[in-house]
Amino acid sequence: MILDVDIRHEQGAFSLQTRFRSDGKLTALFGPSGSGKTTLVNAIGGLVRPDHGRIVVKERVLVDTKADVFVPKHRRRIGYVFQEARLFPHLNVRQNLLFGRFFTPRRERRASFDHVVGLLGIGHLLARRPSTLSGGERQRVAIGRALLADPQLLLMDEPLASLDEARKAEIYPYIERLRDEGGVPIVLVSHSVAEIARLATSIVVLSEGRVAASGPAAEILRHTSLFAQTGLAEAGALIEAKVLRHEDAFGLTVLQAGAGLLTVPRLERPAGTRLRVRLRARDIILSLRKPEGLSALNVLPGVISSIEDAEGASMDVQLDCGGDRLVARVTRKSVAELGLTPGLPIHAIIKSIAFDPEAVADTRPGTM
Amino acid sequence: MEGLSPEEWTAVRLSLKVASVAMAASLAPGIAIAFLLERGRFWGRQALDVLVHLPLVLPPVVVGWFLLIGFGRRGPIGAFLAEHFGIVFSFRWTGAALACAIMGFPLLVRAIRLSIAAVDRKLEDAAGTLGANPTWVFAVVTLPLIVPGIIAGMVLSFAKAMGEFGATITFVSNIPGETQTIPTAIYAYTQVPGGEGGALRLTLVSIAISILALWLSEWLARRARRRIHG
Repeated sequence: MILDVDIRHEQGAFSLQTRFRSDGKLTALFGPSGSGKTTLVNAIGGLVRPDHGRIVVKERVLVDTKADVFVPKHRRRIGYVFQEARLFPHLNVRQNLLFGRFFTPRRERRASFDHVVGLLGIGHLLARRPSTLSGGERQRVAIGRALLADPQLLLMDEPLASLDEARKAEIYPYIERLRDEGGVPIVLVSHSVAEIARLATSIVVLSEGRVAASGPAAEILRHTSLFAQTGLAEAGALIEAKVLRHEDAFGLTVLQAGAGLLTVPRLERPAGTRLRVRLRARDIILSLRKPEGLSALNVLPGVISSIEDAEGASMDVQLDCGGDRLVARVTRKSVAELGLTPGLPIHAIIKSIAFDPEAVADTRPGTM
Repeated sequence: MEGLSPEEWTAVRLSLKVASVAMAASLAPGIAIAFLLERGRFWGRQALDVLVHLPLVLPPVVVGWFLLIGFGRRGPIGAFLAEHFGIVFSFRWTGAALACAIMGFPLLVRAIRLSIAAVDRKLEDAAGTLGANPTWVFAVVTLPLIVPGIIAGMVLSFAKAMGEFGATITFVSNIPGETQTIPTAIYAYTQVPGGEGGALRLTLVSIAISILALWLSEWLARRARRRIHG
């Protein structure tokens, strides 16, 4: 058995209680935001210490709270590819790639540098700094860096979530090759049905911290009801915006919408171009106060116009932001805890990377 | 206007020596304390924080007096160090360096602490998953990322030491050739008739050193930032 997990963990009001085993070459942890996927991989990777339970990877006990076993992350030999790459900014690509190898005992170094570099197509990037790479290149380097530490298991926490469709399409083949070469078993966190349909050999469906289903991919994917239950319908708003300026230093483009300024990854469109931008409901976070110290670039003030039931535990909050209508999908719990109600002023937070250029289409004034 | 007299050169050289030693000696403890204060969760952290910051708010003369009591020949620490290690602070240039180091310490710690707070902990987690134990993570991830803050702290500490007056003169007096630094020499000049020329010369030297130090630190910090951010 590659992976045997049985843990309970409380984090604030959230409780994770999961139990599953998997022998798949690529196990997908699937579920909506807030279902506990990241907490679960963090527990496997050693970034979170579960309150109770056991985690066994390839017959090696990493966590057993009864026996007081907790292997620290640097001794687990588990690679982790994070959502935001997390490359070391003070090192170039080659140094980043070799970082983990330095800490791998010499006799256990099996992964060949040239092979990994070739597999991921990053040979031409070796002398570059992470800040000069595109999102897709960064993730490929992050995957390479994890592989070159010769991990027993590779965790990938939505490694493609911050990329647009074109970049995703660029990386899928590499993950497929990785899976099919069979060197390192992979655990992939995803909330995209298309993604897991393409990549997974086994699937664990999580819902509100519990395992809703687990098993071979083909079997799980037939039960579409499972996916409906997890509330993954792609609700979203379409708004009109104009290209205001480009911030070349950061590779960003600033758009002017009715709701305010939106910062998005650089779009190759001249200033003044009118665009349609789709903002998915699940990419919008609500905050009662204007947030500070947040990495998300887009914060739009607005007013709640109505709140509607959505599937399961979630609700769709309709917002009026300077005339633009946005929709945010939040949990029923958040609605209650934040006291959300129509007429309440609110701040909508949108991660710039949540913008999907595929959903951006040129438009003439008045066509919306 | 003529050049510096030999006595004035001595004061300049001594000032540079005292400031450099004060800065260098407080660097390692400064990084350690900044780390403890920013990351540590231990009993007495608040008290340590207050203690480190005291020289910033106390009158320098008070700090000097404490040093005199503690590190003087007959002080408990001073007597111990003199007896066992042969290190004497009172009325020596080493005492001036100690006074300057203590007065500059809160500035050094604050600058480094701010840069530690700005380090993305997620990068440290990533280094951990790649097999680096906490010591290695500090050495190869955290430390390189806080270099700009360390440089800023060093410059502040150096500048403070170059200008330190109250604690120095209280603790080690104003002995030409031994403890007379630029500020105490300027003060001595202003106390004697016809000392204006000397005071002016040393003032100009002091300004020149300050500007040079500031420029050097800017240059170093720019280089460090470029190294970090590509």
